[in-house]
Amino acid sequence: MIISPPIHAALRIGLFSFIIVGLVSLVYHGTKDKIADNERRALLQSLQSVIDKRRYNNDLVHDKIQLQSGGQAYTIYRARQAGKSVAAIITSTTTQGYNGAIDLLIAINVNGTINAVRILNHRETPGLGDAIELKKSNWVLSFNQLPLKNLDQWAVKRDGGNFDQFTGATITPRAIVNKVKNTALFFQQYQHEIFQ
Amino acid sequence: MRSDYSKILSNGLWHNNQALVALLGLCPLLAVSNTVINSLGLGLATTLTLILSNLLVSSLRQFILPEIRLPLFVLIIAGVVTIIELIMHAWFYELYKILGIFIPLIVTNCAIIGRAEVFASKNRIMPSILDGLAMGLGFSFALVLLGSFREILGSGTLLAQADLLFGNTAKNWKINVFDDDSSILLAILPPGAFIGLGLLIALKNTLELRLQATKPVTPKVYE
Repeated sequence: MIISPPIHAALRIGLFSFIIVGLVSLVYHGTKDKIADNERRALLQSLQSVIDKRRYNNDLVHDKIQLQSGGQAYTIYRARQAGKSVAAIITSTTTQGYNGAIDLLIAINVNGTINAVRILNHRETPGLGDAIELKKSNWVLSFNQLPLKNLDQWAVKRDGGNFDQFTGATITPRAIVNKVKNTALFFQQYQHEIFQ
Repeated sequence: MRSDYSKILSNGLWHNNQALVALLGLCPLLAVSNTVINSLGLGLATTLTLILSNLLVSSLRQFILPEIRLPLFVLIIAGVVTIIELIMHAWFYELYKILGIFIPLIVTNCAIIGRAEVFASKNRIMPSILDGLAMGLGFSFALVLLGSFREILGSGTLLAQADLLFGNTAKNWKINVFDDDSSILLAILPPGAFIGLGLLIALKNTLELRLQATKPVTPKVYE
């Protein structure tokens, strides 16, 4: 086998990279609008799982702000009806679950009640911790319309609170309840900034 | 010529099945095979990758210098997978979200670089495409079998969420095999994947032995 000089190899790799990158960027330009549209639609769909679409008329997906608190970044979408604030939808993540991060959406009404909570992503144990999903059980509905009062008593029953835990799985609901509670505290502290 | 093509097919689907014989690409195989539809989705994406990467490697094989062939294979495969990922992101968004990280990870499926090295870089375009198709179908076949096994035992259903792949008409394809309460949770957890794969390989070996017992012994040549 004749070994070709290194410069040939380098040029060859350069040429191949050029062609492949060209192909990828062609496909990228052909799909990027569709992908952006998919992302927007998926986001809107998950936002509408925590707030009824008849309650707002603004461009929910684009009416967002980001706030830092306690080393955590929160993304907040603001629902408004004819310019008047209706609710804030706060995205939040907890790593206190059983297996990896759990992403939540928490909608809090301007009058200080929780509108709804939904779990977006999780990898909790199927059959045990996954009862936090609305598909699997109604547990997550126990947050609906809860006023943000006596927050220090927000805990699962085993920790002396009012929220049910699941048979065989306390860690997952505890993580969710704690996260919703922390997000509620964050909301109370920054309410003015959020609804600016 | 014809016998060559049928040999390529039978190698890919059975004798040199990438999942059950070569034991390549096990990471996505074990991770995604919890339902039939996930398995089928990843199987099809892998098949498409194999076909395209074999096609590109075979048609560019005069330009691939032997001493830099591996980086070039990696470059081609990474490009192909990125393109497939973009396409799925645009037109199969829900499935894309479920398969998630396993689409980019197709790059690391050794079966693909293996076929580029062993087959596509030494053969003409048509046989290489067929080899990609056969290897991909063999891999998908193993994935779907494992997926059915795990979905039936673990969730008591078959073809749940078929609409992710086949559109709205497939919403009612789901078959409830038995009640969810009596399902075996272990099957959809990671150990279930290992046990299922072990059983599949055992089944394949048993079938192979049965077939050999009825046939005169012929020396086997794998490529």
